[in-house]
Amino acid sequence: MFLRLLSDVRWRAANPKWRSPTCCRRSTSSTAEPHPVSLPARAQVVICGGGIMGTSVAYHLSKMGWKDIVLLEQGRLAAGTTRFCAGIVSTARHVSIELKMADYSNKLYQQLEQETGVNTGYTKTGSISLAQTQDRLISLKRIASSLNVMGIPCEIITPKQVAQLHPLINIHDLVGAMYVPEDALVSSANVSLALATAASRNGVQIHERTSVSHVSVQKGRVTGVETDRGQIQCQYFVNCAGQWAYELGHSGEEPVNIPLHACEHFYLLTHPLKEPLASNLPTIVDPDGRIYIRNWQGGILSGGFEKNPKPLFTEGRNQLEIQNLQEDWDHFEPLLSALLRRMPDLEALQIMQLVNCPESFTPDMRCIMGESPTVRGYFVLAGMNSAGISYGGGAGKYLAEWMVNGYPSENVWPLDLKRFGTLQSSRTFLRHRVMEVMPLMCDLKVPRWDFQTGRQLRTSPLYDRLDAQGARWMEKHGFERVKYFVPPGKDLLDLDQSKTFYKPDWFDIVGSEVKCCKEAVCVIDMSSFTKFEISSTGDQALETLQYLFSNDLDVPVGHVVHTGMLNEKGGYENDCSIARLSKRSFFMISPTDQQVHCWAWLKNRLPDDSNLTMEDVTWKYTALNLIGPRAVDVLSELSYAPMTPEHFPSLFCKEMSVGYANGIRVMSITHTGEPGFMLYIPIEYALHVYNEVMNMGQKYGIRNAGYYALRSLRIEKFFAFWGQDLDAFTTPMECGREFQVKLEKGMQFVGQEALLEQKQNGVYKRFTMFILEDHDTDTDLWPWWGEPIFRNGRYVGKTTSSAYSYSLERHVCLGFVHHFDEKTGEELVVTTDFINQGEYEIDIAGQRFQAKAKLYPFSSLFTHRRRKDEVELSGYQRE
Amino acid sequence: MLAASCCDRRMCVCPGPRRIAIPVRSSRLPLLSDAMPAPAHLFPLIRNCEISRICSTVCYCHHKHLCCLSSHFAHGHFRYAPQKKFAALYRPKENFNHFIHARDYASTPQRFYLTPPQVNSILKANEYSFKVPEFDGKNVSSVLGFDSNQLPANAPIEDRRSAATCLQTRGMLLGVFDGHAGCACAQAVSERLFYYIAVSLLPHETLLEIENAVESGRALLPILQWHKHPNDYFSKEASKLYFNSLRTYWQELIDLNSGETTDVKEALINAFKRLDNDISLEAQVGDPNSFLNYLVLRVAFSGATACVAHVDGVDLHIANTGDSRAMLGVQEEDGSWSAVNLSYDHNAQNEHEVERVKMEHPKSEEKSLVKQDRLLGLLMPFRAFGDVKFKWSIELQKRVVESGPDQLNDNEYTKFIPPNYHTPPYLTAEPEVIHHKLRPQDKFLVLATDGLWETMHRQDVARIVGEYLTGVHHQQPIAVGGYKVTLGQMHGLLTERRARISSVFEDQNAATHLIRHAVGNNEFGTVDHERLSKMLSLPEELARMYRDDITIIVVQFNSHVIGACQNEAL
Repeated sequence: MFLRLLSDVRWRAANPKWRSPTCCRRSTSSTAEPHPVSLPARAQVVICGGGIMGTSVAYHLSKMGWKDIVLLEQGRLAAGTTRFCAGIVSTARHVSIELKMADYSNKLYQQLEQETGVNTGYTKTGSISLAQTQDRLISLKRIASSLNVMGIPCEIITPKQVAQLHPLINIHDLVGAMYVPEDALVSSANVSLALATAASRNGVQIHERTSVSHVSVQKGRVTGVETDRGQIQCQYFVNCAGQWAYELGHSGEEPVNIPLHACEHFYLLTHPLKEPLASNLPTIVDPDGRIYIRNWQGGILSGGFEKNPKPLFTEGRNQLEIQNLQEDWDHFEPLLSALLRRMPDLEALQIMQLVNCPESFTPDMRCIMGESPTVRGYFVLAGMNSAGISYGGGAGKYLAEWMVNGYPSENVWPLDLKRFGTLQSSRTFLRHRVMEVMPLMCDLKVPRWDFQTGRQLRTSPLYDRLDAQGARWMEKHGFERVKYFVPPGKDLLDLDQSKTFYKPDWFDIVGSEVKCCKEAVCVIDMSSFTKFEISSTGDQALETLQYLFSNDLDVPVGHVVHTGMLNEKGGYENDCSIARLSKRSFFMISPTDQQVHCWAWLKNRLPDDSNLTMEDVTWKYTALNLIGPRAVDVLSELSYAPMTPEHFPSLFCKEMSVGYANGIRVMSITHTGEPGFMLYIPIEYALHVYNEVMNMGQKYGIRNAGYYALRSLRIEKFFAFWGQDLDAFTTPMECGREFQVKLEKGMQFVGQEALLEQKQNGVYKRFTMFILEDHDTDTDLWPWWGEPIFRNGRYVGKTTSSAYSYSLERHVCLGFVHHFDEKTGEELVVTTDFINQGEYEIDIAGQRFQAKAKLYPFSSLFTHRRRKDEVELSGYQRE
Repeated sequence: MLAASCCDRRMCVCPGPRRIAIPVRSSRLPLLSDAMPAPAHLFPLIRNCEISRICSTVCYCHHKHLCCLSSHFAHGHFRYAPQKKFAALYRPKENFNHFIHARDYASTPQRFYLTPPQVNSILKANEYSFKVPEFDGKNVSSVLGFDSNQLPANAPIEDRRSAATCLQTRGMLLGVFDGHAGCACAQAVSERLFYYIAVSLLPHETLLEIENAVESGRALLPILQWHKHPNDYFSKEASKLYFNSLRTYWQELIDLNSGETTDVKEALINAFKRLDNDISLEAQVGDPNSFLNYLVLRVAFSGATACVAHVDGVDLHIANTGDSRAMLGVQEEDGSWSAVNLSYDHNAQNEHEVERVKMEHPKSEEKSLVKQDRLLGLLMPFRAFGDVKFKWSIELQKRVVESGPDQLNDNEYTKFIPPNYHTPPYLTAEPEVIHHKLRPQDKFLVLATDGLWETMHRQDVARIVGEYLTGVHHQQPIAVGGYKVTLGQMHGLLTERRARISSVFEDQNAATHLIRHAVGNNEFGTVDHERLSKMLSLPEELARMYRDDITIIVVQFNSHVIGACQNEAL
């Protein structure tokens, strides 16, 4: 059997405790044999899946002190995707949380052999990512910047240096490369076995050949699992079933959506070279050729991510498809060509095998972890997008922390299961999407990239109208949102050609939309926002919300309050606007991707009271944002109601009629800092109101605008957005929103203590606005997010979002500044003086640009300032 | 432009000394590989064209079907003369520029290759597809449809094709026509032959009806529905003349009314013979209109072979005159493809044909009849339309040429009398007709001029078309197993397999696909783009040396209908 090649079998001898020796021999174990150890009747945690993820979770949970853990594996440990994994531990990742996970994994695996005595095959080889194009090199430089500030050694090297590091590489078509010397190779199966060994020493019970049929749920909580060998009662269930995680999630009465889908993945194994390759030869990643190449037993192991992936198991586990998992050389041909182009000397090398091992992919190329929004105690860790071995250690650690502490030690929102809803669980959607995702593994990752598959799922009633007017769309949580409107007669580049790290082709288009927002009036369809209505018969709604939200919601009816929904540490779980519709009912507006997370958060915390109801009304309302100084005129003409600040002050909400349509919720907020109104329109009136607004607005120069304009406006106004700038590890104090916290509102609220403490002791990071000084918009690389910030030459943090400000004619980056002690690296309190007294630079792909730091927005931009804003801002500036 | 300076191309022919003693296969490859990568190497070949023109008074022409008097001489001067004797006569630079201006797609002198889209646009320029419409959701015709295409080598192309559905009788007619000594005869046959066949097949009552309609000036019943590519034209000027000849024919048929049902085989033979006879007569009689007069003479003095298929239900008749060929693609039970010939080539390679010719002439002529595999040492096909030089008596030829227009008189070719010309006619247009009952395993029919058959074996044709039409490329998945395979070997194998598949996907037309293979196949039987590109970028003057005009019709049969017909018959 081939699998013997990759996995060493010595681990069994090292740990015979939980395995009967008779099971060791495959010849006997394949027959139905009585299981030597019977399953326990109950356990605190049941983990399903004995691959790298399951064993890592078990390892970390047991290390953190949880002992009553059972790990179930349907086949044998490390026998699934884990066994066939190429075993490359690479920290070269784009997303910072993924980078952290990979870094932790690397460090964990390095000492694992020492800890467990199991040979993990860990070899520090380093990795070289090659760039065949300048754009690719930019992409690598961006990663290199992130790695460097993380303390991971990494350098950009020339093709000649590549040749020195690896003797076989053809460097003629290279423009550069990134060398990460700390990257390593492991035997993935053995790592998994080592983790299992350590876990079982810590008391974890491991049962092979036990498959979970479904998970029992009562009152929204996990109560136990049904297996083919009996039942186990448990409090927590962890689904680490890899490519079967989706099916397992849907097997219970209460389905848990785990959106992932398997694709075939191929890699090649060869016999050793005449002069066998050294085992410490660096791993080569050639993303332009879509391949990776590592040394393997004196020969090579090379696989890749083809452009035309073959998805499988769409209809679930299927014996026929499992049997058909054979070598497909014709399919592998492009990758083989790329390999021979990269290493022409390998022509004479003899093939050993082409391995076909399915990998699971997720709709957004990021892995899935966290607790199910519908079933408490149901945790998931799966969908590794073929980087399981790199993420294994870190992902297991974060999930274990999550289970033990209630939250992980890092912001894992980008990986949170709750970023998906049921809408991503369609098999058709997943099949189509993963066919796009898998090639993306190797594609250039440029700013503002949109998926092309699985689109037009959720749309506003105005979709066709806007589309006909030249709208270009992006997707958020399945909802189509307008990026910008291409004026008639103007053409933009093709999708492929529009990929750029520099000034994009829509620059002028968005510029004119922004100008219109500032000088006249624009309409942006913002229907995608999550909208909840919470109401009660008595005061329950107010009381509950007062407890869950940091701002004071006991405001007069018709007022809108911006508030954070904080966790115990004072971090933002959600950032929303709440309108008090009546004494007893509230209308809550949250970011689009909060639909699942916020719902679950509130559901879990609302008292079990039939008199208190919460309803998701997202689909009931179309939201139009009227931005600009003339919005007042348009609206007052349409409603025959005075809309001036005297009659309709800022942060005000009123149900009124617009045109013929009645019951439109008009709010004087715009989410940008510009004057204007949000109209929440019952969907059947959407077209009417839109038409009326556009007709009436004509004389005021109204036009459509998209989210790119909105983004530019809000960033130049220093507005933070949840999910981008704000996360569960950011408190209102840290982003200058103390004014949205009412510590003395007369009652306790979640996070109050943490905030009080911060108020007294100061904050350890501070949200800051940077204006790039010597940045040429036309010729320099554009900032995106995740760029390191340097203060007086020292790394202090990263940017979280950026945009070009058409008013300042400068780029604006938003980001957090930390204060690390120069000697110890310890985090110190960040004061206003600390921010103001530094010289700042932003590192964009290795090039540093001078930046001016500001803790408050440019007041000169507020030409139409409102009274209330002034109050708020002055409070804000005083801080 | 060089081509324009040649003699009258419609009548006399391109001076390319192709197919003269050099075996085609072996001569093409070295020539190509020497000539193409560096355009400078082309000059000797281009000059050769000029040289041939100069020499054309001596050796009349080197056309495919008509050999010059001394092929050895031609061969010799083609190979050596340009380099040795005439090299000094032409300044390469002038010639080169000349050439570049002539070919608009050869944009830079350095790069001579066509891109794949350019190659495709050349290959697809003449493609045509016809799907037999379905009636009531049930396809009642045994023909699903056909794909046809042609790739010129001569300028203008001398091949013609026709396809039509008989409207007054059942069945469909398809044919390819390979002209020689110009395209006039092939053009005329492609326009007229199907009418003659259709009329021959018509029952007595319909003929009467038609005649009455013409007599009384009523609208004529349509006889044929043509399926034409926009490039397939009909000559308007001659239509009246042609119609009158046709009318005379059906009037005779009415008079001859035998009362018997028409036999398809007989009808085909009659139609062929009658049309050739009419072509001959029209030339003898002449026409007061000088244009028409010249036209009928050109038609008569040039020649054309014809290969025509008549499909009616399970009855497939192939009438063949000359060296075009019809081939049936049969799918065996194991899914593999085999080829069945449905025509015999009428040329020197066909023993029966040589025997027939010898039987028709006195013993004394036996030696001079077939020389160098050619009829009278000149003509490759042993049967053809037109070619009155091989049919008329010497006196008749002289009379017609002398009384004919000046253009005809000035033409050396028409004045030239074949040697050893004692007992005309030496040539006939009578076809050999083969009847075949279609079976469900008969999947398609390929009609093609010899341009295809001389580059491809029929077995390969059957496989390529079969795999194309079924869309299944019976490629077993490759497994390394225990074999010792290197990465390089595997890569070579895979690229080749991919090339085979990708060429299938590029074409929507089976005939185009076949041409792609015929022109671009390398020694492995897969399309080599570089080779294809070289072959297609040959200048007009050169193309004829490497390939002949290729015309292909691929008819696809409906196995279900054929199966049902068979069951009914049982």
